[in-house]
Amino acid sequence: MTVDDRFTEDFRSKEPQEDLGVRSEVVTGPVSDWTTDFSHFEEEYGERAIEIWDDLRGRCPVARTERFGGAWLPTRYEDVQAIAYDTEHFTSRAIIVSNYRPPLDLAPVGGVPPISSDPPFHHDARKLLLPAFTKANVAKQAITTEAYCHSLIDGLAGRDVVDAATEYAMHIPMRVISDMLGFPPEDGPKFAEFVESALEGANGTPEERQESGAQLFDYLLEQIRDHIANPREDLTTYLINAELYGQKLEPQHVAGTMALLLIAGIDTTWSAIGSSLWHLAKNPEDRKRLVEDPSLRPAAVEEFLRVYAPVTMARLVKEDVELGGVEMKKEDWVLLPFPAANRDPERFEDADKVIIDRQVNRHAAFGLGIHRCVGSHLARMELRVALEVWLDRIPEFSLVEDEPTRWSVGQIRGPRALPMRIG
Amino acid sequence: MKVQIDSKLCQGHGRCYDLAPDLFGEDDEGYATLTPLTADGNVPDGREGDTRLAAANCPESAVLVFEEAVNDRR
Repeated sequence: MTVDDRFTEDFRSKEPQEDLGVRSEVVTGPVSDWTTDFSHFEEEYGERAIEIWDDLRGRCPVARTERFGGAWLPTRYEDVQAIAYDTEHFTSRAIIVSNYRPPLDLAPVGGVPPISSDPPFHHDARKLLLPAFTKANVAKQAITTEAYCHSLIDGLAGRDVVDAATEYAMHIPMRVISDMLGFPPEDGPKFAEFVESALEGANGTPEERQESGAQLFDYLLEQIRDHIANPREDLTTYLINAELYGQKLEPQHVAGTMALLLIAGIDTTWSAIGSSLWHLAKNPEDRKRLVEDPSLRPAAVEEFLRVYAPVTMARLVKEDVELGGVEMKKEDWVLLPFPAANRDPERFEDADKVIIDRQVNRHAAFGLGIHRCVGSHLARMELRVALEVWLDRIPEFSLVEDEPTRWSVGQIRGPRALPMRIG
Repeated sequence: MKVQIDSKLCQGHGRCYDLAPDLFGEDDEGYATLTPLTADGNVPDGREGDTRLAAANCPESAVLVFEEAVNDRR
């Protein structure tokens, strides 16, 4: 076996220097007007995002902010869809709105391929990942996921009040993705920090962002080196050995894809499980129906994905473009709030109602177009298993009065504290 | 009734093969395929409703349903 020297040096020294990008001032504080000064990092957005989208959709419908150096927030399905499909005018070079726009030459690969990649490179990078994430392949993990969910519930024995977000929902995707990547399962607390700083912390200063990003990549480099020394059957070894255009991947590509799988695999599914349990805790009729009739659960999972879709993606404008009645300028950020699109009454009957046996449900929780969430089948499996086990083991549960649910801010929406009375 | 997958539109969401796994399948990358039951493009008698439901749930509108079996189509 030849020595793999791609990871012996710190490959980041070859990365573009941070000061080649464009920084903007960090602005925080209450939003004065959601149509002209929106911010998805304010507590109000965490608490009221659904009302805010509905309000904007009715009277705006594309909101603007001068924060983050300038950004747009469309709220209609039609506009979100048009942007998702338009890779000519919108680039995925950065997909999390922050106060730092990476240099133009980061495209078409981006920092975390393939989510950060543009055509034509995107297609080839994505193709490397697709086989591991087919429905048939992720189904093989359902049994271990189910056993793990049972072990989490076992751990709650004897308790009246638990935090369903941090004592149940969060752990499931962490365990699943760390198994797939071949990371030590006891590193879960580190993953939680990486996820929080990557997403909820995205409105920090570029220096803070760089520091937390460096910690994540230090960790990934450590895992990569361990896998080079001890190859095994997991995605990390797969990526180390994978080839594109007849060559092994660039080291940044290997680490960037691992970062993507770790971060995107955790926060999103954690949020979807938590939101679904929150809904069922608040709506005893829906809860009882799902407890009594398991055949209703698949449709209910899709409805929870529609109304509580956790993911808002972002793009940067590549070329000036008119969309939804506004003039978007090159390098403006554009958010793609799939949950807002999923509540557009133009596209969904009774869009604001949660109908757990909704039959026609063409929701966009996993995105639209070429960047369809590569882990969507995995996420669906986890969400289904997590709800099945919870409902079968804990059929009676409700929110705790005086102990509020805390919703995340930023682009991924879900409960981060979910006090629940069980049994 | 006839059915096709538009492979230019399909992004592998898999709603069709979730809802009607005998009428639709997935390839090695998760993109939708027809199955032995639908490979000739004809929907088996009695399965029109399942086919319509799969089409109505595709986020990319990639499941194409032709209500009348028209000989001169394609």
